[in-house]
Amino acid sequence: MNSVDARFQQEDLDAGEKRWASEFAKAVQGDATVYNRSGIPIKPLYTPSDRISECYTEQLGYPGQYPFTRGIYPSMHRGRSWSQRQLIGLGVPEDYNARVKDILDLGASALSLLPCNSVFRGYDADEVPIELLGTCGTVINTADDMAVALDGVPIGEVSTAMNDPTPFTLLAFELVVARRRGVPWANITGTSNQSDCISHFVANHMFFRLALQGARRVVVDHIRFCNQQLPNWNPLSIVGQHVQQAGATPAEAMAFTLCSGIQYAEDCIAAGMVPDQFLPRFTFFFDISISFFEEIAKFRAGRRVWARLCRERLGAKDPRSWRFKFHGQTSGVDLTRQQPLNNIARVTIQAAAGIFGGLQSLHTDAYDEALSTPKVDAARIAVATQNILREEANLTDVIDPLGGSYYVEALTDEMERRINEIIEKIDNAGGMYQAVEDGIVQQMIGESALAFQKRIDAGEQTIVGVNAYQIKEDPSVYTSLELPDPERIRAYVQRLTEFKRSRSQTDVQTALSALARSAGDRKLNVFEHVVAAAEAGATHGEICGTLRRELGFGQPLTMV
Amino acid sequence: MASKRPPRVIVTKIGFDGHDRGSRAIAACLRDAGMEVIYTSPWQQISAVVKLAIEEDADVIGISSLATDHLIVPKLMTALREAGLDDVQVIVGGIIPHKDESMLVNSGVAQVFHPGTSLGEVAEQVRILTDKRRGLRGENKHELC
Repeated sequence: MNSVDARFQQEDLDAGEKRWASEFAKAVQGDATVYNRSGIPIKPLYTPSDRISECYTEQLGYPGQYPFTRGIYPSMHRGRSWSQRQLIGLGVPEDYNARVKDILDLGASALSLLPCNSVFRGYDADEVPIELLGTCGTVINTADDMAVALDGVPIGEVSTAMNDPTPFTLLAFELVVARRRGVPWANITGTSNQSDCISHFVANHMFFRLALQGARRVVVDHIRFCNQQLPNWNPLSIVGQHVQQAGATPAEAMAFTLCSGIQYAEDCIAAGMVPDQFLPRFTFFFDISISFFEEIAKFRAGRRVWARLCRERLGAKDPRSWRFKFHGQTSGVDLTRQQPLNNIARVTIQAAAGIFGGLQSLHTDAYDEALSTPKVDAARIAVATQNILREEANLTDVIDPLGGSYYVEALTDEMERRINEIIEKIDNAGGMYQAVEDGIVQQMIGESALAFQKRIDAGEQTIVGVNAYQIKEDPSVYTSLELPDPERIRAYVQRLTEFKRSRSQTDVQTALSALARSAGDRKLNVFEHVVAAAEAGATHGEICGTLRRELGFGQPLTMV
Repeated sequence: MASKRPPRVIVTKIGFDGHDRGSRAIAACLRDAGMEVIYTSPWQQISAVVKLAIEEDADVIGISSLATDHLIVPKLMTALREAGLDDVQVIVGGIIPHKDESMLVNSGVAQVFHPGTSLGEVAEQVRILTDKRRGLRGENKHELC
């Protein structure tokens, strides 16, 4: 095409756009501006004039190439499916083991383990109200419990991710099980989920009350240990899901998460580690809301911003350090108690957004999430949803299929701009630890949460079955999951008591003393001593209790 | 004659769960509606909630439960009765399975709120329950009526 033709075409386009704008204005009287959840105004139409196509290589590039906007691997889902990683956990270790086998048979390719809330909080089963044991996750207090939970599960072959906040005792228990079975630690793959102590302090407070600065120390030790001894383990999962569930907008959630990523990386660098050693093992975990295009843009923008931060700010030279690997979970916040089967449709759209967003691992929520802990049949539908999207709807045929869409590219650019603005704000506040200690992050999240709820209450945001399209229904038809049999829980507590009595007390005390010493000596690695204590027969509550005494008790940083 | 004063409401979480979006939103909404809100961080001990209710002369205690912590609410109700706080109105909001609702109501909980309840609806019920409590104590109704 010569230059005269090009000019003619451009004029033609401009005239067409003008004509469309006037015809649109006539057809849609008083069209109110539409905003997405991040507060970005959304136009009714996007055109070539919204995109600067000359910077394709800098802004988009090809899959597997910097800045990875279109995906972090050359083949993406065309080469290998995402991991189907359903979050499960209930009852005692035997219950978990039965559920794991069921879910592996259904096609799940990776495991997750959700421990009981008592475990999250750092207590043993014999220290807490029995009513709350095993109702929301599996009670695992010892390496022996982990051996039962993972019985028959090939841990050197199946990726295992555990919701395991500092000090990562569940991983320690798994390492003990691996050693007993003769599985080399180098073969263990998976992720320390919930290892992001900042997100716990800010948002969902599911940690064991180790003071923030103590947790900060343990995270860095854990990363160092894993880098040295578990080459296929991801020690850090930086969590955007907690803040978005707590009310942050998608742009805020992405920005806060990247700020935490910078903070952990800078801590590792300050501790003498090299970015190209630890950055390839950093992973992320995000919420996927029903705001379909916004979520896709969030992930595309996040990949680009992280790649640039790693290369330009953190000085990483290995392209593997620039890759933004993430697990996505469909958002339970969007699910409703009213007409709960509608949630299957919601989860399908959310999951599709995550897939188009280029995720590496996916959990789809069960439709009964807003009613109770998911029942088995509901959990099966959630897994089937992923299989249907991949193998019936064929969403994976093309890599980044929405790349090049005028809208999606413009939205990706705008999300990127807003993410960078928030990163600058947090930098100016002195980094993420300082910003959360000062309450800046919590305040932003609280304001966004309240603003969103007010939009729902005012009917500006439709929620089908809640503020629109309501029907009369009988809530009793939706039965909830049976809680674990109290007899089994009592038997478990009895077993734990006997275990504590029968083990070598000298070994346990020696290991716990060494753990306490490591907490006081920065030259020692705390996590190494957590593993040694687990091996010596120390329980989760004992390990957490020792570190709480040494590193300080934390309180959630929360405000209204 | 007792002085007229706005409702005093404790918004808290007992048990282990830390997900506090709901409790924060409720606290902010009640505060914006002119009530005196005593907000606590999650993980409160039952004894601490009882102590707070006495110290703050609370009309209503709002418990948020998203992860089965509602199962120990009957223990809170017993502790309140034992402390002589039978008149304090307790409401529970969050993920409460249908079959557990009657268990809570039987233990003395005034009302259970499920997902999808508007903030305005909660505020309205808190006003009604405040009047109920003050009526039980022979006090005046609150001034926001």
